[in-house]
Amino acid sequence: MHLSVALDGTGWHPAAWREERARPAELFTARYWADIVAEAERGLLDFVTIEDGFTVQSSRADQVTGRLDAVLISARVAPLTRHIGLIPTVVVTHTEPFHISKAIATLDYASNGRAGVRVRVSASTEEAALFGRRGPLPGSELLAEAADYVEVVLRLWDSWEDDAEIRDVATGRFVDRDKLHYIDFAGRFFSVKGPSITPRPPQGQPVVAALGHGPGAHRLIGQVADIGFVTPRTADHARDIVAGIQTDRPVHVFADLVVFLGSTPGEAARRQARMDERAGYAYTGDATAFTGTPAQLAGLLVQWQRAGLSGFRLRPGAIPDDLEAITRGVVPELQRRGAFRTAYEAGTLRERLGLGRPASRYAWSRS
Amino acid sequence: MIKQIHLAAHFPGVNNTTVWSDPRAGSHIEFSSFAHMARTAERAKFDFLFLAEGLRLREQNGKIYDLDVMGRPDTFTVLAALAAVTDRLGLAGTINSTFNEPYEVARQFATLDHLSGGRAAWNVVTSWDAFTGENFRRGGYLPQEARYDRARTFLATAFELFDSWHGDEIVADKASGVFLADATAGRSFHKDLFFDINGRFNVPRSPQGRPVIFQAGDSDEGREFAASSADAIFSRHGTLEEGQKFYADVKGRLARYGRTPDELLILPAATFVLGGTDAEAAERAREVRRQQVSGATAIAFLEQVWNRDLSGYDPDGPLPEVDPVVGEHTVARGRASVRMHRDPLAVAAQWRALAAERRLSIRELIIEVTGRQTFVGSPATVAAAINDLVQADASDGFILVPHITPGGLDEFAGTVVPLLQERGVFRTDYKGSTLREHLGLAPL
Repeated sequence: MHLSVALDGTGWHPAAWREERARPAELFTARYWADIVAEAERGLLDFVTIEDGFTVQSSRADQVTGRLDAVLISARVAPLTRHIGLIPTVVVTHTEPFHISKAIATLDYASNGRAGVRVRVSASTEEAALFGRRGPLPGSELLAEAADYVEVVLRLWDSWEDDAEIRDVATGRFVDRDKLHYIDFAGRFFSVKGPSITPRPPQGQPVVAALGHGPGAHRLIGQVADIGFVTPRTADHARDIVAGIQTDRPVHVFADLVVFLGSTPGEAARRQARMDERAGYAYTGDATAFTGTPAQLAGLLVQWQRAGLSGFRLRPGAIPDDLEAITRGVVPELQRRGAFRTAYEAGTLRERLGLGRPASRYAWSRS
Repeated sequence: MIKQIHLAAHFPGVNNTTVWSDPRAGSHIEFSSFAHMARTAERAKFDFLFLAEGLRLREQNGKIYDLDVMGRPDTFTVLAALAAVTDRLGLAGTINSTFNEPYEVARQFATLDHLSGGRAAWNVVTSWDAFTGENFRRGGYLPQEARYDRARTFLATAFELFDSWHGDEIVADKASGVFLADATAGRSFHKDLFFDINGRFNVPRSPQGRPVIFQAGDSDEGREFAASSADAIFSRHGTLEEGQKFYADVKGRLARYGRTPDELLILPAATFVLGGTDAEAAERAREVRRQQVSGATAIAFLEQVWNRDLSGYDPDGPLPEVDPVVGEHTVARGRASVRMHRDPLAVAAQWRALAAERRLSIRELIIEVTGRQTFVGSPATVAAAINDLVQADASDGFILVPHITPGGLDEFAGTVVPLLQERGVFRTDYKGSTLREHLGLAPL
């Protein structure tokens, strides 16, 4: 089973920052992120994702407001970790594919092949108003633009063949320019010439992920993603979603679950209730919430996995409590059942996911 | 009053100054190379590490230019990673105001400043060329004369976003449930010819308040831009006379903006070649020049002035008899230096005279006329030269450009820096933790 966590501030519950062990005043420090990613790595998790967006999360003074750029958080923790994959969220609607392609390639270099990117579209008027370039696009257009965006990013990663750098002193040539390629992408939303200014990253193509709740986004996952995060309500629902993602490529489907854990079912429920009370409402999100013990969660994960899921992305309700309950509680339970690794093997994130290293599309076309 | 010298390291760039053919030359893209140079600079108590920018691979004669080091990382990403392997060193990135959006760039710099504990710097550059624009959504839509207008308003917009948080809003009081003292923190409006931004900036005030601002342009407009809003200038004028002229000119402009001379540092780029003795250094310098200008590179340089294909010429032979092609179209694209040859016929005449007088081949001539070695000598000679220039107000320090990656700074750090420290003109340890503190700039 593949297991990951989605990191967002002090956790996914809006009142998580008031829990005793929460560190809300340190959210904007490197130390905070280094500590929680290190905890995820201690739990041998496949990767962490880091949420991002351009707007403030809330207009309420009693909730966490503000966030750091997720690509840069990932880069900041890359030299401090050795195994765990790093998948920041990137809003594709308002950014340049050329910049993001080299940013993720650079993250791949800084992490020795552990980088990925989760692409997110933005339908928000508020987010568009921070750029002022254009109003929000309709949903189908956003997804079409995201597909073009990922296509450009992939072509740019491929635009330097792996052996383009030759350092041939005899002829004075640093590169073999026949192995550098214009990508010449021209679509409805933008055109990009290429090649990238960054050589091909260690994984060739860092991992591409997307979260999807409906058929349109599931189509995008089938089209361009290596990993799709989905939000089933039950194991049967998960089976339907997996069957609905049409693709001719290997795509890992991960189910997202928000988790509130405790050493007894009662304790877990009390923790969740305490946070709900402080927030002033019962928190619900796009993903199904699980409340219970690590052993119960491990049992559910094993059961759900049979629906055709590759793994899970757990969203800790509160950090560090639920994060540690995953790494120190759920993981040992899964290991006991033989469902999860007991050590990291050497290798890149792609290799851990069994995805192999793709050849550059341009190397193929040349030969 | 003896001035304190400021020193910085420029990660070797994608031009012929950087020697890749040397057996000691390592990777220009692996993170370990960046970490090596940053750690050396920090061990030597340098002010900062500097990264240049280039958003399209250069071309010549319609083909990708293949003779120089090529390939760079993303600036923000590599600087954020370097923040993890250094504690005090400033981290300066060159970021273009034409092919970016102010909200996103402000957010990236504020993030870098948080994640480095107050060590971020932004070298603001402008660009207008459609050639680079082909890599971006916006394309090369900007008329040349509008580039500083956009740069000025881009920077002003970013400052508004940085200042939209004052630094005392986050309370995070668990007992009372107050996270934010002011529920409108980050509120920003900006509307002008270029930008229309309305909303809340979502990064709270960073340790330095905003990144240190560098400016690199040399035109009258560029100098004025720097005098109005930069903390440091990255200049090309490293010699005594030129340096003093530039220094006096730019510092003289500050009063107009209500600023004092110590609020803007002048930091020219400088190369160096060291040796046990001056003679040994001079010999090494000649060898470095030959490495920097291969036969193929010499022909490529000549083509940039002649503005035509000269691939049939022998670099070890005489200059071409044909004249340069004068016109708007240039054989070399994505390269700032080409625009410096404003009168190619005059340059050609000058070079021919020099070549005739000294009996120089094409390669020998190019080695002669494109020389960019600022400091050549023993450590004592170089330390004295640096100190003399700074004390004579030709600069406030230097941004050193090593010609080898990643070890090109090691010898300087080990030999010249201790001599400057002995003279009491360079810090023996960092006094503060932020880059503003290293540069002697008052907190914001």
